[in-house]
Amino acid sequence: MGRKLDPTNKVKRGPGRKARKQKGAETELAKFLVEEDTEPKRLSSRARKRAAKRTQPSVQATEETVKKQPQKGFTDENSEWLKPAKRKRPVDESDGEEDSDSQWEQEEDEEEENTGAGLKAKEANEDEEEKEEDGGDDDSDDDEAMVDDYGAMEDSSEGEADDADGEELLPIERAARKQKKLEAAMEQDSDEDEEDEEEEEEEESGSEHVDEEDTVQANIDELDRFKLPDSEDREKEGLLPIDLQSIYQRIKDNVDVLSNFASKREEGKERAEYLSLLKKDLSTYYSYNTFLIEKLLDIFPVSELIDFLEANEIHRPVTIRTNTLKTRRRDLAQALINRGVNLDPLGKWSKVGLVIFDSSVPIGATPEYLAGQYMLQGASSLLPVMALSPQEGESVLDMSCAPAGKTTYMAQLMRNTGVIVANDASAERLKSVVGNIHRLGVTNTVICNYDGRQFPKVMGGFDRVLLDAPCSGTGVISKDPAVKTSKDEADIQRSAHLQKELILSAIDSLNAESKTGGYLVYCTCSIMVEENEWVVDYALKKRNVKLVPTGLDFGKEGFTRFKERRFHPSLHLSRRFYPHSHNMDGFFVAKLKKFSNTVPAMPAGEPAEEENVPAETETPAPSKESPKNPGSKVKGKKPLKVKAGIAKGKVATNGTVAKNLTKKPTDVLKKKGMKDRKMKPKVAKDGTETAKEPKVEEKNEGSRFEKKSDKKRSKNPMKESNRMGKNKFKKFKKMLKKEEVA
Amino acid sequence: MRPLTEDETKTMFEKLSKYIGENIKLLVDRPDGTYCFRLHNDRVYYISEKILKLATNISREKLVSVGTCFGKFTKTQKFRLHITALDFLAPYAKFKVWVKPGAEQSFLYGNHVLKSGLGRITENTAQYQGVVVYSMADVPLGFGVAAKSTQECRRVDPMSIVVFHQADIGEYIRSEDTLT
Repeated sequence: MGRKLDPTNKVKRGPGRKARKQKGAETELAKFLVEEDTEPKRLSSRARKRAAKRTQPSVQATEETVKKQPQKGFTDENSEWLKPAKRKRPVDESDGEEDSDSQWEQEEDEEEENTGAGLKAKEANEDEEEKEEDGGDDDSDDDEAMVDDYGAMEDSSEGEADDADGEELLPIERAARKQKKLEAAMEQDSDEDEEDEEEEEEEESGSEHVDEEDTVQANIDELDRFKLPDSEDREKEGLLPIDLQSIYQRIKDNVDVLSNFASKREEGKERAEYLSLLKKDLSTYYSYNTFLIEKLLDIFPVSELIDFLEANEIHRPVTIRTNTLKTRRRDLAQALINRGVNLDPLGKWSKVGLVIFDSSVPIGATPEYLAGQYMLQGASSLLPVMALSPQEGESVLDMSCAPAGKTTYMAQLMRNTGVIVANDASAERLKSVVGNIHRLGVTNTVICNYDGRQFPKVMGGFDRVLLDAPCSGTGVISKDPAVKTSKDEADIQRSAHLQKELILSAIDSLNAESKTGGYLVYCTCSIMVEENEWVVDYALKKRNVKLVPTGLDFGKEGFTRFKERRFHPSLHLSRRFYPHSHNMDGFFVAKLKKFSNTVPAMPAGEPAEEENVPAETETPAPSKESPKNPGSKVKGKKPLKVKAGIAKGKVATNGTVAKNLTKKPTDVLKKKGMKDRKMKPKVAKDGTETAKEPKVEEKNEGSRFEKKSDKKRSKNPMKESNRMGKNKFKKFKKMLKKEEVA
Repeated sequence: MRPLTEDETKTMFEKLSKYIGENIKLLVDRPDGTYCFRLHNDRVYYISEKILKLATNISREKLVSVGTCFGKFTKTQKFRLHITALDFLAPYAKFKVWVKPGAEQSFLYGNHVLKSGLGRITENTAQYQGVVVYSMADVPLGFGVAAKSTQECRRVDPMSIVVFHQADIGEYIRSEDTLT
């Protein structure tokens, strides 16, 4: 797609970008005041050379003679990177020429011993030729001059003691450097100035060719190495007005160091120190809160994180989806082009999407829009529906549908047959759903206003369910920059908790026996692992579902392991989408298939709960199962406490509890793999227990709802009575046992 | 949600027949299953029987909309067609009016159609006959009532109204809240 006229790229917004452009008086002031900090960075190439000379004048001199020497007729490896030094010399050092001449001869003799006279004579001609060629090209000479110098610097910093060794290594080094130079020259425009080149190399080194860059890079860094500002500098910085330019530069340098930590670190500095500075700088520069930056750092490597943050500063292209119920994409494109809209197909993966580059009319109010020929919709929100791929004649549930972009897409895939139940918890948002569904001519929908968590009680047996769960919105920061600062741990936990409740009720609404379906697509516009993989992993443990391929041939695989958490290995089948790599909103899509309608009892979970009751029907839990028990017990019981925690504002406890929740079972899962699935039937065999256990499960959920809203409490008196029954049952058991003991 | 009473059915069908005439029976007897009208919150919905069955699961206060909304009964028990019914009126419309591209936008903002914006009109349109308004590209834009018969339309001056505006698709944006 030729994205030439994207208006969104023209207008760059956000505090960071703007501020970067404006270099006011305060930046100048800051430069003067924090001189020590910035000085090494601002040295020009010449200055660096001079500095190097100052420190080690004698070595410099000898080194240069070494460099010069091949011009007199040595190997071409040498000649290529030596010439510039000669060109530069008259400019740099007016006085050095005479004595260096004499030194050449000395060095020459030494070299002759090493290389052999015959070789020298042969290659002298070639050298001269090359010299002439290079003479015409000033810039490339400069580049080479730089490398030349770095070599000198490196040697000088190593000290005179190393000189002998250095000379022994030289031919090899030279060969390597020459090759590197050639490659670099191929890649880079020769007219780029030295500073730019350096930056580019730094960026590159972050990506694949780290080792390739290494030698050149290391030489540069010997002098111009990124230094961590000490605590004093930081204090000063707090007082001064923020200089975004220098912060940006520091971020770049810092990322460079972090991606080549072994070679570029400052002696005695920990990685953590670099990281903490980076975090601080990132949150200042992109105006995020520290929490979110830390979270993102967990998800992305540092270099990718910068890309991600940058991508969040620009808007995604406006995309529309053709309503195939009313028109065809070609006709629509023609009609819009006639109205002065500049558009293109969205991509190979979508037959209905169009990208709008720019438009002379408001794209959300054209007669075509009003006639329902298209829907304004982000590219990313097409994906979950494609993953769901609803078939004609099926019954489908969209659990949180507003504003009906995905719902109408489903309807058009189903050609207005079957039934779609479009649900949303917010009555206000449902108004747009009604409007959009009627505008697009969708006739097979029932729109209702339930809380998704109580849906299985309303109706069930759907062939497919789409759960676009409410989330923290960390994938759509470009749409809503408020997310940058407004989210904290509690928000993430809260939405993760809601998502877990929703995904269970979504699974419960599914009909596993459906011939064509039994599929659930879970998606969020968040990129947090807590809201995605973790939730799916939770569902995998709690219900008879398995992950299936989404059918989307791009996107990144979901995490199967994240920090200390280990998820089900099949989670690689889920897909993640990022703004920087796919140019669409951050998104997560997972497709699950329900393979049994029975709600699995916690394997050996319930008996363990009644620990004082000897297992009459079931053998005592074997060692494998025993670690599972606390986990499942926690799951069964804890949610109540978690809720209470939230209500009281004890967010921290909530967080820790939640961590425990997953940690324990995952450990078990790691050991047993899929085994817990196999164990379910086993539990199912023991008659008395199984009959009760699903109810206990439901009971717990019911009680969770009750905490949330009073309505629900009134809704399920049945559950209430169930609970009593269960308790009584336990009591009876205990009594019986006591009697037996007595 | 309940079926319409006798009176309500009569009022509504009278209204509908102003636009689609005897084609109304095509709406009721469809080859692809039985469709019916249901009243919910004073609004009339046109639904397939299958969907209707599913919708009965949903309690009255939680049900927002089902199938297609045709219009609503006013407090005085008159029936008012909504723009959402256009999908079913347009294919069966007996009398049509096409507006010129320049007048399209004006109609979509809720204005009447003037003679100057009139592109085409069905022959033999009587005065006060319900008509469906199309753009010249045959995209249905709304419906209204003919202010003049076809014959009169030829003679009147360019600034006189030929079609009274009743509903247009601009309402999807202008009055999204009151669609249902």
